[in-house]
Amino acid sequence: MEKEKILYGRSNGFFPSFERRPGPIKTNMHYCPGCGHGILHKLIAEAIDDFGIKDKTIIIAPVGCAVFSYYYFDCFGISAPHGRAPAVATGLARANPENLVISYQGDGDLASIGFNHILQAANRGENLAVFFVNNAIYGMTGGQMAPTTLPGQKTQTSPLGRSVTSEGYPLKVSETVAALDAPVYVERCALSTVQNIRKARLAIRKALTNSIERKGFSLVELLSGCPVNLKMNARDMNEFLDNQMSRYFPLGVYKDTAESRDPISRPTGIYEPQAVRELLYPVRVADGVSESFRNPSRIFQSERRIKLCGSGGQGVLSLGYMLATMGKLRNFNVSWLPSYGPEMRGGTANCSVVLSRNPIGSPLVSKECNLLIALNGPSLERYLPTLKRNGILLYDESNGSCPDEVLDRVIYTLPASDLAKQLGDLKYANSVLLGAVAVMMCDLFLDEEDKADFDRVFEEAIMDCFHEKEHVVKNNIKAFYIGKANARRIRN
Amino acid sequence: MSKKKFEVRIAPDECKGCERCVIACPRNVLKLGTTLNKLGFPYAVRTGQECIGCGGCFLTCPEPGAITVVQIESE
Amino acid sequence: MEYTNRMLLKGNEAVVYGALLAGCECFFGYPITPASEIAHTAARGFPKLGRTFLQAECEIAAINMVMGAAANGRRAMTASSGLGISLKQEGISYLSGSELPALVVDIMRGGPGLGNIGPEQSDYNQVVKGGGHGSYHCIVLAPSSAQEMCDFPRLAFELAEKYRIVVYLLTDGVIGQTMETVTLPEPIPARAEIPEWALDVSRPRTNMISSIYLEHDDLEALNRKLQAKYAAIRAAEQRSEEYRTDDAEIVLIGYGISGRLCRSAVDELRTKGIKAGLLRPITLWPFPVDAIRALRHVKQFVAVEMSDGQMIDDVKLAINCDRPVHLVNRMGGNVATIDEIVNRTIDALGAKEA
Repeated sequence: MEKEKILYGRSNGFFPSFERRPGPIKTNMHYCPGCGHGILHKLIAEAIDDFGIKDKTIIIAPVGCAVFSYYYFDCFGISAPHGRAPAVATGLARANPENLVISYQGDGDLASIGFNHILQAANRGENLAVFFVNNAIYGMTGGQMAPTTLPGQKTQTSPLGRSVTSEGYPLKVSETVAALDAPVYVERCALSTVQNIRKARLAIRKALTNSIERKGFSLVELLSGCPVNLKMNARDMNEFLDNQMSRYFPLGVYKDTAESRDPISRPTGIYEPQAVRELLYPVRVADGVSESFRNPSRIFQSERRIKLCGSGGQGVLSLGYMLATMGKLRNFNVSWLPSYGPEMRGGTANCSVVLSRNPIGSPLVSKECNLLIALNGPSLERYLPTLKRNGILLYDESNGSCPDEVLDRVIYTLPASDLAKQLGDLKYANSVLLGAVAVMMCDLFLDEEDKADFDRVFEEAIMDCFHEKEHVVKNNIKAFYIGKANARRIRN
Repeated sequence: MSKKKFEVRIAPDECKGCERCVIACPRNVLKLGTTLNKLGFPYAVRTGQECIGCGGCFLTCPEPGAITVVQIESE
Repeated sequence: MEYTNRMLLKGNEAVVYGALLAGCECFFGYPITPASEIAHTAARGFPKLGRTFLQAECEIAAINMVMGAAANGRRAMTASSGLGISLKQEGISYLSGSELPALVVDIMRGGPGLGNIGPEQSDYNQVVKGGGHGSYHCIVLAPSSAQEMCDFPRLAFELAEKYRIVVYLLTDGVIGQTMETVTLPEPIPARAEIPEWALDVSRPRTNMISSIYLEHDDLEALNRKLQAKYAAIRAAEQRSEEYRTDDAEIVLIGYGISGRLCRSAVDELRTKGIKAGLLRPITLWPFPVDAIRALRHVKQFVAVEMSDGQMIDDVKLAINCDRPVHLVNRMGGNVATIDEIVNRTIDALGAKEA
């Protein structure tokens, strides 16, 4: 009576039959005789089956010979653009931390076109297992030079042998990745002798264990044979891996800190509508007005276009924002468009504010401006041409009185910056200026009820912007009334 | 009293004749045959019964199912 | 505490609010002016809701991260501007070949090359006509206000998932940078379902995402399937807005900020006795050809855009060049004034009559 037990045989980590593979052959893989990919595929298949992780493993097929790895593995598969697998892997790992992502990459893919991506993913400590096949050559595209091709090695694109003065030295990936802080495990193995393949097997299982335990980034580099492209038999291939390649790429563990590393934890997304609303919607800080409220004064029946200008840091943009906020609180359509880019990081600053009862056409106030608020002479000079003939100029005279040549305009003025400084901070100049706007509006345009409403909406706007900072609200309100008390029309 | 022996089995049509198993075997159980299989490759064949079940041939073989190593227990 | 749904938001901020309220789960981006506020807002908003924000190492990485998250069946987005979009084209072609849904926001700036950070509309060709390799299309929505920036992400994800396609929001630096009053939409009622085809633990592990088809017939079959899908989208998803076109003899066509400028220009032209109207494409792909063809009474068209005239080709194709189509354009970051549009339109009409 004989009892048989299979000690080593076809792994259940592979599909029982390779139905995705085109053509009649459904049992073999497409790799050349003696190819290292096949050896590595078997080690991975065995591990994902042994660990019971087939349902959550996603293997990213690289561009290169292993592009069809999803013909074979009985788990999820995706093919990534050349070199981008670490980025695709990052997306998968971040989207759902349950995912166990294997980035399977060759030397051209990982160390040439995608070198930045692998270093960045490693440096972020993404929860990935990277299996890096280093065979010193581009196999699939027909034997061109790889970043890991050895000095003097002849390839289709280094027909005289790789010259270190022209093509540089073989790129040492494991050493480079191990030099980073985040990765937890880096080992270089060789798919050569049985002894070395056994070490590779353990390394692969260790990397996957790290992923399962969410320890972060593991990379196993595998020196791997490409006997057909390198025109070698099995014995010479192993000799090349163990003696020639290993000289440049020493085998061994370059980093192993998984044990001392805490598992990565990622938050759980919130989607429940009420919770989302509470986290995203702004808090209503003032009772304000009903949605149907319209300020009755005639001035508001047509679109009002406002330009604000000064030098960077004077608060021109936030003054515009305050005006826009006031408009928002009184149901206007408003737009606020800042100058953006290097300009706003110093030098001059300007912004456009439009208030309208109708849809706003251009948010850019480049002419037909109704109100120009200028905080210094040069910006006044620059933007005065935008002001309509009957438009109004509001000028901060802290740095000198209003230039004579504009005195034919309707001008309101006050030393806003000086008054703000007296209050203790230049940033209150905005509210001082809004006090001056209130004076101008009350003088020229507002019905009785809107006069009082202007003060109310200012206070609501201050609350809207600074409701968490009580003293800021208080000081701004004080500044506003100081502005109101000090603004004057220049009579000419 | 049971007796254990090991046997390496080759699926002829899954072998690509790379010879990795031949050079890996510590007991020289395998050699490359001369006939061609369905894929057009000469395939590995078993030459003796000295298999120790180490699995080296399986590990070094790049094909998923070309090699199976079994343990046979006889009463 | 009481909440309000009215906010002052830049277009760039509004699109993030819109995406979060539409259930977007992952944002992957890389800073670029004039789109950076999208990343700024996402960096706050996504983690606030326990969702994923990641600043990628480059635009290429960002779109590939989107690909990973999309393959996992998650609502994912990225955002950039002109040159960044150029870099993303490889990934967008892969997403298209793999039929993965995703949202890409493009806030156009001046080009070619480094160009400048001023607004332009010169990404039209690279976004609407493909941009990457292969015969594919993306649905392109063209928001022209902060409100639409906030409203369109939901539509974008719905279309993206319905058709398994990449959807762009394509707009310009002005819309991205302008702050306007926005009424926030309601959050979607529940987390979006993980699609059947996704690579997710909840789905069969036979699921696979790939765009490689070695057999010529297989790849042709994929392409035919894609083209059939695009035909269905062309038939069902054209969107546009019209203003005073009923009796118009001349119709201005513009999207994004140009569409808004045109609306004011139409009013101005009307005061001068010219029967003008506006057609504002809301989808640039599919281009609203049916709406344009329906304007049989219109004698001439004016394409208003901030490029060398990229959209104008689609206007001409829509009417088979059977009536004059004029170009009124600015480039280099300049935005036309209403007067300029009005005057150049009048000039173009005059030249035609002469």
